[in-house]
Amino acid sequence: MNKFWLIVKREYSTRVKKRSFILTTLLTPLAFALLFVVVGVIFSYESDDVNKIAVLDEAGVLAEGNIANEKNLIFTKETRSLDELRENFDNTVYDGILLIPEIKNLYANSYTVYYYSEKNPSLDIETQIKNKVSNRIREYKIASLNLEKKQLEALDSKVELDPEPIDKDAQDSSKIAGVMGAFLGFSMGIIMYMAVFIYGMMVLRSVMEEKTSRIVEVMISSVRPFQLMLGKIVGVGAVGLTQVAIWAVLIPLIATVVNLIFGFDSSSMDMGNAAATQVDPEEMEFLISQGFAELKHQNWWAILPLFIFYFLGGYLLYSSLFAAVGSAMSDDMGESQSLTIPITIPVIIAFYIMFVTVEAPNSSLAVWSSIFPLFSPIVMPARLAFQPATWQVALSMLLLIGTSLFFVWISARIYRIGILMYGKKVSFKELGKWLFYKE
Amino acid sequence: MHDILRLEGVVKSYDKKVAVDNVTFSVPKGSIFGLLGPNGAGKTSLIRIITTITRADSGKVFLDGAPLGHEHPSQIGYMPEERGLYKKMKVGDHLLYLARLKGLSKKDATEQITRWMDKFEISDWWGKKVEELSKGMQQKIQFIATVVHRPQLLILDEPFSGLDPINTNLIKEEIKELRRNGASIIFSTHRMEQVEEICEDIVLINQGRNVLEGDVHQIRTDFKENLFRIAYQGNLPDLPDSIQVVDQEEGRFVARMEKSGASDQLLLFLLQKGVHITEFQEILPSLNQIFIRQVGLTNAPITQSIAEA
Repeated sequence: MNKFWLIVKREYSTRVKKRSFILTTLLTPLAFALLFVVVGVIFSYESDDVNKIAVLDEAGVLAEGNIANEKNLIFTKETRSLDELRENFDNTVYDGILLIPEIKNLYANSYTVYYYSEKNPSLDIETQIKNKVSNRIREYKIASLNLEKKQLEALDSKVELDPEPIDKDAQDSSKIAGVMGAFLGFSMGIIMYMAVFIYGMMVLRSVMEEKTSRIVEVMISSVRPFQLMLGKIVGVGAVGLTQVAIWAVLIPLIATVVNLIFGFDSSSMDMGNAAATQVDPEEMEFLISQGFAELKHQNWWAILPLFIFYFLGGYLLYSSLFAAVGSAMSDDMGESQSLTIPITIPVIIAFYIMFVTVEAPNSSLAVWSSIFPLFSPIVMPARLAFQPATWQVALSMLLLIGTSLFFVWISARIYRIGILMYGKKVSFKELGKWLFYKE
Repeated sequence: MHDILRLEGVVKSYDKKVAVDNVTFSVPKGSIFGLLGPNGAGKTSLIRIITTITRADSGKVFLDGAPLGHEHPSQIGYMPEERGLYKKMKVGDHLLYLARLKGLSKKDATEQITRWMDKFEISDWWGKKVEELSKGMQQKIQFIATVVHRPQLLILDEPFSGLDPINTNLIKEEIKELRRNGASIIFSTHRMEQVEEICEDIVLINQGRNVLEGDVHQIRTDFKENLFRIAYQGNLPDLPDSIQVVDQEEGRFVARMEKSGASDQLLLFLLQKGVHITEFQEILPSLNQIFIRQVGLTNAPITQSIAEA
C-alpha cells in the first residue's frame, strides 16, 4: 500500500476507534434531543401563580360581560371606590386593582389603564391585561360608534405571497419556499461553520502533538512532510464526513422519536410570540406538510453533492492553514494561540454573512461572498436552496478548488520547516520567510 | 572496501546562519562510525541531510555509491535523540505502521517485529499502549522501529541516553551484531568513552565544519604527547634532562619525552641503573581530551587548521 494511504488509514482508524469519538458521535444527537425536551418542558410550563384582580370600570366598557378569566388571572368587577379598596387592600382577596378610566375620546388610539399592586406586575400579566382590555375597548367602541361588526372584520385582510415560476413547465413552489430555503441554507451554513472549526482544530492539535512528542522526526525520515500533512488532513476529513453522516441520520431519527414520545406541538415552542398560539392546529399541520413537500421539491441531486463539495473544499482550505499554524506552534499552547486568530476571523465573518444571506440570498453581499473562496464554503451552501445562478456556482467552485490547492501548497512549505523548529516563538514574518526556504 | 556514505562539500544554511559549512567525509562500509561535535555544531543538520529529511544547499551525498534520493529512506534507519512515539497506539500496531512506511509488506513486517520482540523478550507487549510503557521500555521499541526494515545504514543519535546499564549492554550487543550482519552504523554522541569503546572511525564537527576525521586509534596516536607511565620497585636515580617528570608518587611516575623514540632510551637507562620496572605504558590522550582541545581551538578567534594532523 502506498505510504500516503497508510497515513490516511492510521489517522482515520485511530480516531474512529477512540472511545471519546464514539461517545461524542452517539451522545451529541442525544444531547440535542435532551435539549429539545427541556426546552419543550420549559415553554409548555404555565404559571401557577394565580392573580385575583379587582376591576374598576369607570369607562363602562364592561357594561356587558366581564374580562374573560384565565387559569392564572381572575377578574372581578368591583363597585367599591378605588380609595376604599386601597385602604383595605390587605383585607381584600385581591392581588391587584385594575382601573379603567373614563374614555373621553372614542377616536383616540391610545389609552392608559392603571394597575395598583404591591409588586410590579410580571411581564406575562401585563401583556395579558393589555390585550384583554384592548379587546374590550374595541368591542365598546364598535357598540358606541354603532358600527357593523361584520364589516369591520372584513377590513382585516391577510395577504399571502405565492411565488410562481416564469417558465410554465417549471415546478411550482409553495408559499413557504422562502422560509424552507432559509431554514435549509441556515442549517447547512451552521454545519459548515462547525465542521471547519471542529475538524480544523483537530488537525491543528494533531500536528502539534506530533511535533511536541517528537515522533515527527522519525516519520519524516520515512515519508515526505507533504505526504504526512496531506495524509493527516485527508484522514481527519474522512473522520469528519463519517461523523456528520452519522449525525445526519441520528439527529432527525432521535428528534422524531422524542416527538412521538413527548408529543410537543410545535406551537408551544414559540410561546414568546403570542400570534403563534393563535394559529389554529389545522393550519399548522398544513404548513408542516407543505414544509416537507417543499423540502422534497428541492433539487437534492444538486444540493447534496454541492454541499459535500463545499464541505470538502472548505475543510481542505482551512485545515491546511490550521496544519501550517500547528506546525509553527511551540510547546506552549497559550502563547501560540494568537497564530490561529487570522484563520478564525474569516470563518467568523463568513458565519455572519451567512445570516444575511438566508434573508436576501441574491443581494450582492451574498453573491460575492459566496464566490469569494474564504467565505464561499459557508455562504454558498446557505444559498443553494435558492437556486443560485449556474455561473456563480461554477465560478465559486473553481475559485475554491484553486485557492484550496494554493493554500495546501503554502501550508506544506510552512509545515515542512515548522515541524523541525523547536523552542522558538514564531512570528508571521518568520512564517513568510519559511515559504522561501529551500528544502 | 568502498564507502557506504560519502559527503562532498556539503553546505546547508538557514536564513543567514550557516549550519553546515563545506563538510566532506566518508563512512566506510561495515564500520561503526562516530559523528561527534559539541551542541549546536551542526550534527543534527548533517543527520537530517543524510536521512533525506532536508536537502543540502550544495554539495553531494552518496549512499552506497548512488546520489542520495527519495528512494533511500527505506535503506536508512534513523533514531533521533529527541524521540517520540504515538502514545495512544498499541506497541504492535505502532511498529507495524513504522515498518510499513519503510516499505515492508504487512507479512514481512509482522515477521520481523515478532522476531525482534522475541529477541528482546517483550512479546507480550504487542497489545499494550505505548503510554503504558516506561521510558526505557519505549526506547527498546524505538530501537526495533529503527532496525526492523534491515537498513544498510543506521544512524543512532545518543542511543543509550536514558537506558540502564543492562539495557545499554543489550543494545550495544545488538549494534555489534547488526554490524556483523553487514550494516554500517553512524553513532552520534557526547559520551567519548562510548566512542572509544565501539567506534572505529570518527569525524568531529564544530561550527559546521569537520575539524578532525579518521581512525580512532590513529587520531589518539597523532595527538599523543609522548607521555609514559612507569611503575617501579627500588630507588629512582636522577633522570636525564631530556625527560620531564610530570607527576610523581611513591613507586610510580609519569614522564614526558621530547620525541617519541626517547621512550626506549628511558627504558634502557632505567634498566642499566638497576631499577626494577613493573609497568611501562604510553599514555594516549583520551578522545575526550582531544575533543575539548579541538573544539577549544576552533572556537578561538583564529581558526587553526589542525584538521589534517
